[in-house]
Amino acid sequence: MTAVVEETAPGKGHGATAAERDHTLITITLRIRRFNPETDAEPYWQDFKVEADPTERILTAMMKIKAEQDGSLTFRRSCAHGICGSDAMRINGRNRLACKTLVKDLDMAKPITVEAIKGLKLEKDLVVDMDPFMQAYKDVMPFLITSGNEPTRERLQSPEDRERFDDTTKCILCAACTTSCPVFWSDGQYFGPAAIVNAHRFIFDSRDEGAEERLEILNEKEGVWRCRTTFNCTEACPRGIEVTKAIQEVKRALIFRRV
Amino acid sequence: MQTHKYDTVIVGAGGAGMRAALESSKRSRTAVLTKLYPTRSHTGAAQGGMCAALANVEEDNWEWHTFDTVKGGDYLTDQDAAEIMCKEAIDAVLDLEKMGLPFSRTPEGRIDQRRFGGHTRDHGKAAVRRSCYAADRTGHMILQTLFQNCVKQNVEFYNEFYVLDLLLAEDEAGNKTTSGVVAYELATGEIHVFQAKSVIFATGGFGKVFKTTSNAHTLTGDGMGIAWRRGLPLEDMEFYQFHPTGLAGLGILLTEGARGEGGILRNADGERFMERYAPTIKDLAPRDIVARSMVLEVLEGRGAGPNKDYVYLDLTHLPAEQIEEKLPDITEFARTYLGVEPTTELVPVYPTAHYAMGGIPTNVEAEVLSDNTTVVPGLYAAGEVACVSVHGSNRLGTNSLLDINVFGRRAGIAAAEYATSHDFVELPEAPEATVVEMIERLRDSAGTERVGAIRAEMQETMDANAGVYRTEETLKQALSDIKGLQKRYLDVSIQDKGKRYNTDLLEAIELGFLLDLAEVLVVGAQNRKESRGGHAREDFQARDDENYMKHTMAYREVDAKGEHSIRLGYKPVVVTRYQPMERKY
Repeated sequence: MTAVVEETAPGKGHGATAAERDHTLITITLRIRRFNPETDAEPYWQDFKVEADPTERILTAMMKIKAEQDGSLTFRRSCAHGICGSDAMRINGRNRLACKTLVKDLDMAKPITVEAIKGLKLEKDLVVDMDPFMQAYKDVMPFLITSGNEPTRERLQSPEDRERFDDTTKCILCAACTTSCPVFWSDGQYFGPAAIVNAHRFIFDSRDEGAEERLEILNEKEGVWRCRTTFNCTEACPRGIEVTKAIQEVKRALIFRRV
Repeated sequence: MQTHKYDTVIVGAGGAGMRAALESSKRSRTAVLTKLYPTRSHTGAAQGGMCAALANVEEDNWEWHTFDTVKGGDYLTDQDAAEIMCKEAIDAVLDLEKMGLPFSRTPEGRIDQRRFGGHTRDHGKAAVRRSCYAADRTGHMILQTLFQNCVKQNVEFYNEFYVLDLLLAEDEAGNKTTSGVVAYELATGEIHVFQAKSVIFATGGFGKVFKTTSNAHTLTGDGMGIAWRRGLPLEDMEFYQFHPTGLAGLGILLTEGARGEGGILRNADGERFMERYAPTIKDLAPRDIVARSMVLEVLEGRGAGPNKDYVYLDLTHLPAEQIEEKLPDITEFARTYLGVEPTTELVPVYPTAHYAMGGIPTNVEAEVLSDNTTVVPGLYAAGEVACVSVHGSNRLGTNSLLDINVFGRRAGIAAAEYATSHDFVELPEAPEATVVEMIERLRDSAGTERVGAIRAEMQETMDANAGVYRTEETLKQALSDIKGLQKRYLDVSIQDKGKRYNTDLLEAIELGFLLDLAEVLVVGAQNRKESRGGHAREDFQARDDENYMKHTMAYREVDAKGEHSIRLGYKPVVVTRYQPMERKY
């Protein structure tokens, strides 16, 4: 690299903005469901007015509130672009990731409601207890099961066989699907869509030999048969996984592979 | 306060931490402490792939990979370490496949491979297909696969436990030995002391010192900061990688795999400018070269957009099916966050702070060093937190996913073997004291400074003054800004005084680590009067092997009054096969 820079201020290059975007700030209201078990008997709604760029993420607006208005506002977040699955919330009555929901995609004139996902124990503000959700995931044996000697090189798998379960490999365990499911709301014992999605990911993997075992687990009382096909889970999935279809495929596998 | 006792404690549950856990938990009683849930770790955001000379689609061998890694690192790479990594890469990929990782496949059913920046055949002759991938979510698949195998193996996790201190016993001669860590439980606010024979730090990087970054909000350099405050050195901190293709203005990562699939960078005139900077491999030059070239295009007035402050990534000539199949996630990022349709429109991109080449110095067994050669018994580090140094002054694309698997595995084995052959070291008196003091000071502070304001100002100055290009003047500005912010930090207060899920408190603590590390980065950058890899000085544009082909070792010194300062030393580069050459692509 020998090119020479002339006359321009040094080091100012980093941190550009995409200027095609409309950066006019508008004031929006976030109506957030608050709850602190140390001080509150019941959850309550609190309004925050915040300046936001319409192309901004709801997560950004919430972080602004935390930084500038109320440090006690509590929520989980990490990657901020829909990969880590930390910030599933109920925004305007629908489960979504706060980092994949842009202000402009909601009605900016009205207060935007933000509350914790439902069906898991509320811990504080938008934080819920994720342990029961993770336990349901663990219960379906979400790992490759094989027998016999391991090959020296990789196991072979055709692109078609690989494609067969591609959709369900996308799951980030954010719980948006499971906590949008009316069956799960009324019965926390139900495995829920996310666990079934992760079982599907292995049941339809041509390298895996654990399908029978997993299907047996999902055939139980709290398994796939509880699904009422309301499609809430598919609508809620921030990764675009066809969750209901995956559940149907597991049901079909139970009916046709066995008996 | 609670006390726990384990043979091995692993701090961090990203790729390196979980890969280590799979080894150590087979051999020793292991606990993994993570401030998130394991699958929230930022390994999951890696996209493009993991290189290994499998030679599944064309001729390749690990020696070529080693050469590329050394040259890519602008000859600051320790060549013995790079050789180990590139040799073990092949088994590392095959191990992941056997664990169940759903790699993309060739028509014959083998693991498919694609081109990636700086990876070449026969020492730079042409780009080579070396990156093993799973669409553009390879990191996600690695993280999921490792977690799945941890579930299978019943690895014990402590989720949302923030490790805030490292316990080191010291003998009369000042020799340190590991005795454990102190953690803060997010859910309850309780302090936990973990006594351990061996500790592995796998806490990742510190990208949040910058404003425009591909890093998660949680990447606050806690592991490096803790080691630093405990008197351990940090190596090569001035070398910070800016990934060329962040979504302009947002910093969200778009994989180099996009260029591996044929994507082209263009300036406002539509010119494929990388032809001028790297005539042989063009858009697939290593990241430092591409990032510098992009900044020069903008500084010289050929930037695109109304403010001429970015360039374009052009995928429009690629078949739409190829984009959908091979690059589905980044396509969605462009659509969601910029409202741009990559199959028909140019995507605005600009370099984004991405990866720390530096970190806690280790040897190839992942043992942490307290100077150039002395091992701290029982202490290990792997992944971005560590500096082995396999990346030298500039990491090649995909080599981080490789690093976490190769050195995560090595750390897990070494730490467990150490634990099974050594006794517990006695804990210091009141092991929790430092953490309790830190928490109480913040919780009880009546100061007027806000975490958010100080953090924003730190990020602004780092972006403006310690980014892709630096000068004496900008670095001086950055240092004076950071010192001012460190002073103000002493007067920071938090609003949440509660015990449960007090993220207000933890953000304040994380900011403290970031301010420490920003200072080390800038001081190292000021001292290095040359341009090499991820450290480009406008006022010293050439690489200077005579004076600077050596690693920087930064030490934290505390004087009698308790004031701290930074002392810099050097560590020689390990050269085995490759003598430094001019770096042309």
